[in-house]
Amino acid sequence: MEIIISNRSDKPIYEQICMQVKSLIMDGTLSAGEALPSMRALAKDLHISVITVQRAYEDLTRDGFIETVSGKGSFVASQNREFIQEEQLRIAEELLQKVAEIGRAHGISFEQMTNILKLFYEE
Amino acid sequence: MDNNVLVQNLCRQFEDFSLDNVSFKVPKGRIVGFIGENGAGKSTTINLILNELKKDSGQVQVLGIDHTIPTVKENIGVVFDECNFHDVFTATDIEKILKGVYKTWDSNLFSQYLKKFKIPTKKTIGVFSKGMKMKFSIICAMAHRPKLLILDEATTGLDPVVRDEVLDLFLEFMQDEACSIFFSSHITSDIQKIADYVILIHQGKIIFEEQKDTLVYNYGVAKCGKEKFALLSPDDYIIHRTTNLSMECLVRDKEAFKRKYKNVIVDNATLEDIMLFYVKGGISCED
Repeated sequence: MEIIISNRSDKPIYEQICMQVKSLIMDGTLSAGEALPSMRALAKDLHISVITVQRAYEDLTRDGFIETVSGKGSFVASQNREFIQEEQLRIAEELLQKVAEIGRAHGISFEQMTNILKLFYEE
Repeated sequence: MDNNVLVQNLCRQFEDFSLDNVSFKVPKGRIVGFIGENGAGKSTTINLILNELKKDSGQVQVLGIDHTIPTVKENIGVVFDECNFHDVFTATDIEKILKGVYKTWDSNLFSQYLKKFKIPTKKTIGVFSKGMKMKFSIICAMAHRPKLLILDEATTGLDPVVRDEVLDLFLEFMQDEACSIFFSSHITSDIQKIADYVILIHQGKIIFEEQKDTLVYNYGVAKCGKEKFALLSPDDYIIHRTTNLSMECLVRDKEAFKRKYKNVIVDNATLEDIMLFYVKGGISCED
């Protein structure tokens, strides 16, 4: 498992961990049932506070990505990946609809919009 | 017992300085950073916890029992800012001595640490560099597998490479959830990295005891001109200070502040910023 933390980023470290674990699960690098490093081990490897890791794991548990068994550790939850992806796609659709409305109303070309999206994707 | 150290209303009066009603805790499995300027009372507090100084009043519990009970020291590892071993001894000599002192001394662990940190066993401590001495002191404090590590300015004066190695050692120690570390430093970046909680002491009083993430992620420094500053409600900031060019104030919830005052710049606050605000708070920077 690879996690890269930026100390310069505006995003809090727990959010960075949370997002990276989510994308590792979504792209299949981490599969259901796989064990995540213990909170203390991850804190040690990243040189951060245990509380920060704890918060990331709590958020991941809340969002259904991992399950924590006390005394055993945290594991990737056996949820339906397609279901989550569909759910997220629906949210993205809604936001994109808004983008299209703004664009049409203010004469921003489709090309300009897609360029922006492309930029964000490559970030 | 959820706290490895519990300090309640600790007081100690000196001629020109007093530690005033100090209360805080070091929870099990957590690293607590203790910050404050030189002379704020950090070392005094640590010496009182260790019962090296006698308190006037208050209560201190270490690992669940009163700190005056001598056996409690079996389970504490302490490092001061200087290496207090005599110059003529070698690491091997020191081990012979400490083995007799601590019942739980672990020779295997000790030699593992020596190897890991490349501490020579045959050279006398007198020829060690400052970094080597410090690393050696920390190894000695950890080799009897204590439950609580207390460090007083142990990383001050070390270069960044050695400080990083020492932080590694601390985090390895913390893999056991029954253990805690209480460490004082004025190098706030070390504390910002690994501490779970931060306590600020100033002029013998505890100013705050807070989760580090709350401090780093919620607190902010707002900067604006004097005219705009006059429009801010005093409830929205904790402390303000005047510089030659602008006003700066420490805010508790930077997101809420940004929402309320759209045209004011709000920067992230580092532990150092927060400490400076509290310690120098309200005083104009012009003088």
